[in-house]
Parts: sequence; structure tokens; C-alpha cells
Amino acid sequence: MIHPKLDKLHLSQAIRPDTFSIGDTVKVHYKIKEGNKERIQVYEGVVISKQNKGAGRTFTVRRISFDVGVERIFPLYTPSIDKIEVVRNSKVKRSKLYYLRDKIGKKGRLKEISRKPAEDNFFIQSEELKKQEPVKAAEENSVETTEEQTADAAAAETAAAPAEVQAEPSKEEAKKEPKAE
Amino acid sequence: MAKGLLGEKIGMTQVFESNALLPVTALALGPCYVTQVKNVEKDGYSAVQIAYKEKRKKLFSKPQAAHQKKALGEKDVCYRYLKEIRDFSEDKKAGDIISCEIFSQGEKVVVQSVSKGKGFQGVVKRYNFGGGRETHGSTFHRSTGAIGAGTYPGEVKKGKKMPGRMGGKKTAIKNVEIVKIVPEENIILVKGSIPGHPGSLVYLYTK
Repeated sequence: MIHPKLDKLHLSQAIRPDTFSIGDTVKVHYKIKEGNKERIQVYEGVVISKQNKGAGRTFTVRRISFDVGVERIFPLYTPSIDKIEVVRNSKVKRSKLYYLRDKIGKKGRLKEISRKPAEDNFFIQSEELKKQEPVKAAEENSVETTEEQTADAAAAETAAAPAEVQAEPSKEEAKKEPKAE
Repeated sequence: MAKGLLGEKIGMTQVFESNALLPVTALALGPCYVTQVKNVEKDGYSAVQIAYKEKRKKLFSKPQAAHQKKALGEKDVCYRYLKEIRDFSEDKKAGDIISCEIFSQGEKVVVQSVSKGKGFQGVVKRYNFGGGRETHGSTFHRSTGAIGAGTYPGEVKKGKKMPGRMGGKKTAIKNVEIVKIVPEENIILVKGSIPGHPGSLVYLYTK
């Protein structure tokens, strides 16, 4: 059983709602530090999996980059994510779209549908908690918004973070990712 | 100068601190009440006695309840754990409350707690003995092996590592970093894991 205080601690870390569903195409605006400079890289792909574990929630985004499948696992509450945009909703019948890994080309398509943004109960609870106890808003760092083409960036990034460009990233690499920021 | 606080482990989680995801253990510490202050003139040494965790007064003996009443006044509850801290860094008097704010973020502390009981264990798990081969005709797997020489010295040396009860003992971890303090919830997050089950008593201190 999770201690109620620990539950509250998890809720206090929810800094953004999780409005996308499995199968959605999302754009993740990810902050990347290069020396003293910080820039934003946009990573676009299909959400194929979500892990809902309190403050350690993660989601996996899959895209095909230069004919190579790339999957990145993002922690939902990392301060390194600037924002998450939902580009497209798709019809899916599963909560984990791992079968997409075996589909090539047109077979990996998902049918588009229109859907209301999903409600994030965890975030709603968190907002209610914050209303009860107003917490000082953290100062937001000013970020240089230099958007780049994702394809180019993915190639450029190979040298910086080789762990990211692999067909099947293992869980170990996912753990490394937040540290590598 | 020493300072310390009693509390309990409530579980592990992860937090983002300066863009790094850290594994942390959440400890609900205090508030502790000062039940007695000892000084050099009267007691021969200086110390502060702190009390933690409410419990029904009925469950205490009269002398125990009276000792706490002397310091804290008439209350419906008594406190279950009493701990004496020698040479406390701040001036305290009986009845004062000590909260987790006596510690600061980034401070290195010692965390003392009772480790999880593992029961009766063999030497491989208990003392990290290597054991023998599982296959290729080996008959020596996870047993202790030889425990000494023969006629001379004619005894097994004291302290020889053998199977037995493992865990469930008081254990301290030093140099544990405080990652974050949440004063309104009386929570301290320390980096990494600490011994014991969630809910077990934890003593956090610095010397």
C-alpha cells in the first residue's frame, strides 16, 4: 500500500496533464543543453506505450527516421520537456502498440479519428491539491526557441546521444536518458 | 554539534532535481517533542530527550505517562519512542517541538534503521561466500565448507561466518544526502535507498 503522504508527494510533481492517448501522433518539444546554450528539439511520433507509475510516469514515442525505427521513452514530468502537442488522433484497439515494431511501410498505418482530449485524473487531483495549498510557482527559465527539422536533428543527435537512435531501445537506455540531459 | 530526528520510512519514489531524475526515499520525520533536557551540572552530560509517534495514554504505565506529562503537560496521548541526543546543537527546553526544518537541503546525514529480516540464511546469501559449481560432478554447491583446522587448534574460532539469522538488525548508512525537504508535510527526501520496511522507525542524525 502506498502511504497517503507519498501519494500526495507524487501528485505535487504533476506539472503537466497527460492529454494524449495511445496511438496519438505527438510533437514533443524537448530542451537540449549544449554547453551554456539551450535549444528546443521537436520529436514527432506515435505514442505506443504509457507507464503510469505515480511521479515516474513515462510514455514511449515511436517514429521512423531514415527507414530506421526509433523509440524514445520520455518521463512525463521531466522539466526538460517544454510542451507536448497532439497532432493526430488514431483508432487503436490496444493499450500497447508494440505490434507496430513488426509492421513495415503502409502496414504500420493507423486510422485517423477525431477524439476529445483525454482527461488526466492524476493531473486533476494534483490541481485540486494545489488549490488547497498554494505553492510558489517555480521560476521558468527563458529558453531559446530555435525549432529545427526533426529529421535533420535526429541525424545530428546521433553523435550527441547514440543511445536514442536504435531500432529497439532497451529499458536500460530509457533509464540512462534522464541522466544524460 | 549533534542534531537528530525520529520518524518513519514511507517508501521510495523519484524526483527531478536540477534536470536529473533521482531515486529517493521519502521519510516522514517528526514532529518530535522535547521531553527532557539534561545538563552537565545535574546529570553529568548534556543531552536532549525527544519523543515521537502518538499512542493512547492508556497503554503507558503511570510512571512513563507522568514523565511525559511533566514536560508536555496534560495530553490525551503519549509518545511511543523516546531517544536521547547528546550535545544537541540548539538550545531546547522541555515541551519544544523539533521539526524537519532543523536539517537543510544538501546536508549529509546518517540514517539509522532496522534492516529487513531475512530469516535463517546460508553463507552464500548471508556473507557472500562463493559456493561451488552446480554441475560437472561437483558435490559442493552452497554449503559452508571447512570451518577450521584439525587437532590443532582443536576448536572453531569465534566469529566464524556460518549460516544463521540475517537482517532485522540496527543498521546505519552514513553520508546520505538530503535531496529535498517538504516542511508542511514533515517529509524529508534522501538520496538512494535506506534499510528497513516502509513504516519502520528511522533515526536521522548528524554528529
